[in-house]
Amino acid sequence: MSKIEARWADLRHLDDLAAGSSPIHRLHPGAKLLATFVFLLVVTSFPKYEVAGLIPLAAYPIILLSLGNLPLRPVAQRLLFAMPFIVLIGIFNPLFDRAPALELGPVIISGGWLSLASIILRSTLAIAAALLLLATTGIDAIGMALGQLKVPRSLIMQLLFLHRYLYVLLDEFTRTVRAYSFRSLKEGEGIRYRVWGSLLGQLLLRTVDRARRIYQAMLCRGFAGEIRLLRRERFRAKDAAYLLVWSAFFLFARLVNIPKLLGTLLLLLGGR
Amino acid sequence: MSHHIIEINDLKYAYPDGTRALSGISLRIVHGESVAIIGANGAGKSTLLAHLVGILTPAAGTVRVGDYPLQPGNKKIIAYIRRAVGMVFQNPDDQLFMPTVFDDVAFGPLNLGLPPEEVEQRAMTALATVGAAHLKDRPPYKLSGGQKRAVAIASVLAMAPDILVLDEPSSDLDPRSRRHLITLLKSFTHTKIIATHDLDMVMDLCGRTVVLKEGAIFADKPTMSILTDEKLLAECGLEKPLRLQGPPGPTA
Repeated sequence: MSKIEARWADLRHLDDLAAGSSPIHRLHPGAKLLATFVFLLVVTSFPKYEVAGLIPLAAYPIILLSLGNLPLRPVAQRLLFAMPFIVLIGIFNPLFDRAPALELGPVIISGGWLSLASIILRSTLAIAAALLLLATTGIDAIGMALGQLKVPRSLIMQLLFLHRYLYVLLDEFTRTVRAYSFRSLKEGEGIRYRVWGSLLGQLLLRTVDRARRIYQAMLCRGFAGEIRLLRRERFRAKDAAYLLVWSAFFLFARLVNIPKLLGTLLLLLGGR
Repeated sequence: MSHHIIEINDLKYAYPDGTRALSGISLRIVHGESVAIIGANGAGKSTLLAHLVGILTPAAGTVRVGDYPLQPGNKKIIAYIRRAVGMVFQNPDDQLFMPTVFDDVAFGPLNLGLPPEEVEQRAMTALATVGAAHLKDRPPYKLSGGQKRAVAIASVLAMAPDILVLDEPSSDLDPRSRRHLITLLKSFTHTKIIATHDLDMVMDLCGRTVVLKEGAIFADKPTMSILTDEKLLAECGLEKPLRLQGPPGPTA
């Protein structure tokens, strides 16, 4: 199996996890979606140099991972996959922002390094939360929850279609790449840059063709601009409790620097 | 029952790039008939089918489904025709796009504006008919080829069409799934129009066969008289079905 094919099989794995039946899986998708949303808001709202205050928020993905009976590996792999992009965002901060911001004994840490660390931590938390939402809920339940939250239909359909045909497109792409590597007789060496143009062009044309066929199939079944879904789930008390408890924790972690608070408490106890 | 009749009169069609796909087709298919459309690649089968559901509209000539002539831009008639004629596409991946099998089968009835209970009942009946009721909560992309095809057929059955149009229904199926499909299609009382290269299936399912060649009807006769006519088949880039080819002769 080539790397691309392996990655494809990998990608499907996260969706399989959504079929689980842990206490987290059984919650209303809306509760999980909103909790994730509050989490993202809180994580992104911290000041630029904050590192320590963010750490308690890691409890959220960790608890979700363990209560949801999810394997660590696939989630961690995807996090690593995103890491280069994250690091790229903050990589120049240490160069530009050299003002000392923190003294740890003899070591002085500049603001740039702090903000880089903060960016990495924040993004890791945010991506982990999104991945866990997907792995415990599944894309169609997320779509349904978005519908109940009155998000415009067309946006939801874009999301669902993208997810549905991601597989078909990847499949097509995989086959194209395989055909290429068979005839270039250099499997595993990647694709020469000159070929990329026509390869992607081919893929685009096939995609357009497929989109047309799907649309025709939809028309044949009476599609008139709006996709209706039947399924709805009730929002129960425990869903509300889940959402409230997490939101309260996130807000608490945002307003009170928990590591600092713990430190102060320890000092007070030790001073007695 | 006049509304199950399809009447095509001197139908002509050329694609925008100038390729002549159909050059004067006349055909009348009546209630309860099961008709195979065969012909080499590029003979015009798919183009003909596309006219039966209003995906394409005639450049010249007429297509009538029941009492209604297909006209470009007349949405009411096109909607009526699409309700009467259910089209099963060649690639189930083009037809199944919803998150779950059930949603996909319910898609058509929901578009007809039926009440939720009836939608659910229709979807489940259609799934049961094709033997796929147990798949209802699965995402379509994870099904096997045979299951996908069954669900694609259910998604069309749920709309309760009078006429079924199938484009290459047996392609990509393993022998057992193909056999299931044939048994299933045989049990339907709908008027059936099947475009295919699978001539053995034609023998099992269709009493009448229409042979297309270069966009025109080359022959339109009872299936057996066409499938045994080697000369005719060869002229149209076809071959006798395997079953009619007899046992392999003794080797020297």
